[in-house]
This record gives sequence, C-alpha cells and structure tokens, in this order.
Amino acid sequence: MIISKHLLGLEGVSRKEISLILKTAQSFKEVLARPIPKVPTLRGKTIVNLFYESSTRTRFSFELAQKRLSADNLNFTASGSSVAKGETLKDTVRNLEAMKIDMVVIRHPASGAPHFLARHIDASVINAGDGQHEHPTQALLDLMTLQEKRDKIRGLKVALIGDIAHSRVARSNIYGLKTMGAEVAVCGPTTLLPREVEQWDIEIFTRIDDAIRWADVLNVLRLQLERQESGLIPSVREYAARFGITRARLAAARKDILIMHPGPMNRGIEIESDLADSESSVILDQVTNGVAVRMAVLYLKSGGEQVLESTLEAEA
Amino acid sequence: MKTRENIKTEIMDGKDLDRTVARLAHEIVERNRGTENLVMVGIRTRGVPLAERLIDKISEIENRKPALGILDITLYRDDLLKKMKQPRLQQTDIPFDIDDKVVILVDDVLFTGRTVRAAMDALMDFGRPAKIQLAVLVDRDQRELPINADFSGIKVTVGAGEEIRVKLHGVDDCDGVFVVDSANEG
Repeated sequence: MIISKHLLGLEGVSRKEISLILKTAQSFKEVLARPIPKVPTLRGKTIVNLFYESSTRTRFSFELAQKRLSADNLNFTASGSSVAKGETLKDTVRNLEAMKIDMVVIRHPASGAPHFLARHIDASVINAGDGQHEHPTQALLDLMTLQEKRDKIRGLKVALIGDIAHSRVARSNIYGLKTMGAEVAVCGPTTLLPREVEQWDIEIFTRIDDAIRWADVLNVLRLQLERQESGLIPSVREYAARFGITRARLAAARKDILIMHPGPMNRGIEIESDLADSESSVILDQVTNGVAVRMAVLYLKSGGEQVLESTLEAEA
Repeated sequence: MKTRENIKTEIMDGKDLDRTVARLAHEIVERNRGTENLVMVGIRTRGVPLAERLIDKISEIENRKPALGILDITLYRDDLLKKMKQPRLQQTDIPFDIDDKVVILVDDVLFTGRTVRAAMDALMDFGRPAKIQLAVLVDRDQRELPINADFSGIKVTVGAGEEIRVKLHGVDDCDGVFVVDSANEG
C-alpha cells in the first residue's frame, strides 16, 4: 500500500488509507492518555503552520499534535507577517523552504491553495481548510468519532445540516463518509445547497424534520452570519426557526441519535444551547479526537511518499 | 512474509521452546524471590505471546499471575524516518501503574539492542519502575548498544546473510526457533 505524501483533501483517498489513518489515530489516542502524553517520533522535523485565515480549534489542535510528536513548529498568521506587506504565497513558501522545513500545514481562504503549494515545494502539505473546498482532517476526526461511538461507519445514516454550499467541512465529510460506506444526506435552505448536489448521489432534504427522522447522526454546520448580508437567507432568526436543531424537534428522532458540530457554534441559531451540552452531543469528543487524528496524519505523512509494511494489507 | 522465508536450520522445536520458557519462568521467580511487585511487558509482536506463556508458567509455579502489558515501540524507533517501509503503528496497552514495580520486559530476539533501548525509553514515559529486567528467548550476537539480557533462553551466533526467526502460536502457525536466509527481508 502506498501512502501519499500530501493530504490535500479526502476526494479520491482510498478506503484503505482512511482506515489506516483512523487506526493509527486510535493508537495516538492511547498516547494522549499516558502520564507523559508525548513521544519522540518526529524529533528533528520542522513543521510550519501557515494560517491565512483565523482559526482557534484547528490551529491549536495541529500545534498540540506537533508538540505531542516532538516536532518543532513555526506559526505564521497572515496578519503581522510579510503577507501584510504584499508577499505572494509562492514567495512566502519558497522562503520558508530555504529554511529547510519538512511539512506545511496550511489554511487559506482560496480553494486550491494547498494544491498550488504542493506543486511548488518538496515538503509534505497538509490542508487545514481551503476556501470552500475541503477540510480533510475535520472529516477524519468526524469519522473517528463515529467509529468510536457506533463501531462501524458502513451503513450509518449521516445528515449534514445547514450551509452545504459554502462548507468545506461538508464537502470533505461527504467524500469521506461515502468512501467508508455511510449513507449521506444534506439538509438546508435551497439557497445554501450547492448546484452539484444532485450529482453526488446523496439524499437531499429541505425540511429539517424529514432529515431528523431519517438520520442516525446529525452533523450540524455553523451558519456563517454573513450569509444573511448576501441575501441567501432572509434572516438569522428565520434560519434558526426553520433549521435550528432543538430538543422539541428531536422528539421525532431515534433515541440514540448523535449530534456533531465542527465548531465554533452559534448557540441558539443552528443548535439549541442546552442540546449542545446534552448526552446526545459528541462535540467535545470530536475535539479530543482531532488531536489524535492530526498526530496520525502528521506521522503518516512525515516520511514523504511511503510504502507500508505488508502486515497491514492482510488486516485491512 | 511468513511463507516466503527460507528455513536453513531448526534451533528449537515446539517442545524445546516449551522447556526453555519453563526454565526462564523459574529463573525469573528465583531471581525476584517470588512474584510480588512483578509485572510483565511484552514488546510487539512476538514478545506478547512469549510474555503470556511466561505468565502461565509463573502462575503454575507461584500460584499468582503477574499482570501483562503490551508495548508498541514504533514511535520510539531510531530508524523510523529513514526506512522506506514504515512499520504499522499498533496500540500500546499497559493497564497498570509501573511506578516502583519490577518490570520484566519480554521480547523474542535480542539482537542489536535498539528495540530494547526504545522500549526502555517508552517505559520511562509511563512512570518510574523500581527495576527493569530483560527476558528474551534468543540472545544473538552483533549488539550495537551496551544492553544485555537478564534471562535468555539460548545464545546463538548467526552468520552473514542469516536471521533468527522465532515462531509462536498465536502469531504464527507453529512453535520453534529457526535460522533463515535474510535475503528476502525488507
């Protein structure tokens, strides 16, 4: 089995490779529970976190994963850097590469920025969210959480709720879930469903109650408040009334339904506040698993393109 | 990988192996004057079934079963990022506190000593054991680090191009210790 050098998205990533990442992540979860939750594996490797967009959870999660693996890391944020002086992405990275770095974790508002990077440098590139395209490590941690809570992903009915059109989380989740054999649905206002949705071979709901009755899992996406200004929804209040997930609505759901949210939450808009803290919610498990999944990805990509020992193939 | 290798000599058959494990178990309880404070940690892959067998023998002798821990040393290897073939990371499971315990570290073959070095580093991250002792089935030559076994089943010198292969039920289809050609080893 060949492991690719970069993680740019989940589109086209094989079931075997996703399974390998999830298994490896389970091992790292055990590392995180140790008295000293740190291993020397990536000692001497240098990783740059290039964040052209604000992020708390993802950036901390990657940073923590790097520290737990004993890698050295450099953190770059667009504000207060040479980008503010007009440097292009290509030049920034060429300069970083001249400093001998091994991996780049990039978040960028432009879709495809990580792919551009991967074409221009030798280091491994990990996509931490690019525009409206993909956010693969988020989908992987969602998959890991599902696997933990429901044992297997195959056959699970997962509904993604909200702004599908602008969501990289949704896109990566759809690719990952379908590869792993889950049934996928999307539900949201028609203005927030992407045009290509009908080609994806997934369920489409425009009424939230239908999605709730159908689903084993609801993955509730964040409503970007600027969507109202662009006229895609009449008002945030109306969105909350028609698509917000509430306890009252969940009365029609199966008893053991799981509620996920990639964060940051708008409590009281896409999700009722106390529901986010309820026993159905696995939102904090997602965050914990995020560190383990990112350790797995960094570990597996750290050697560049790799051939994995044959023992795995027998088990996979 | 298991079927491709070319067996040159059999050093131990299943019965020999069983007797050797019994002797090692006796030596371990003799040296430690019983099993109090004793825990066993098997190094993946074949250190684990070997540790299980030692535990069975020890409990026959002393009527008390030492706890078993499983250690995967992949993350502590010194050649991890140099090898083209990346070993698969598996789970470590040490379900007890090792502080102030006597840890018997178990592996099938002691060769360069690098695995044991990695295992000791890993154990230190779990706590501060009173002692670590090393038990191996085969002690072969060509050490690269100053590490020796406290309990060893058999000492073997191996020629160029040869490898020691231990087989244990639970992982393999038979029990035994063999000398094989190392040519097809990756």
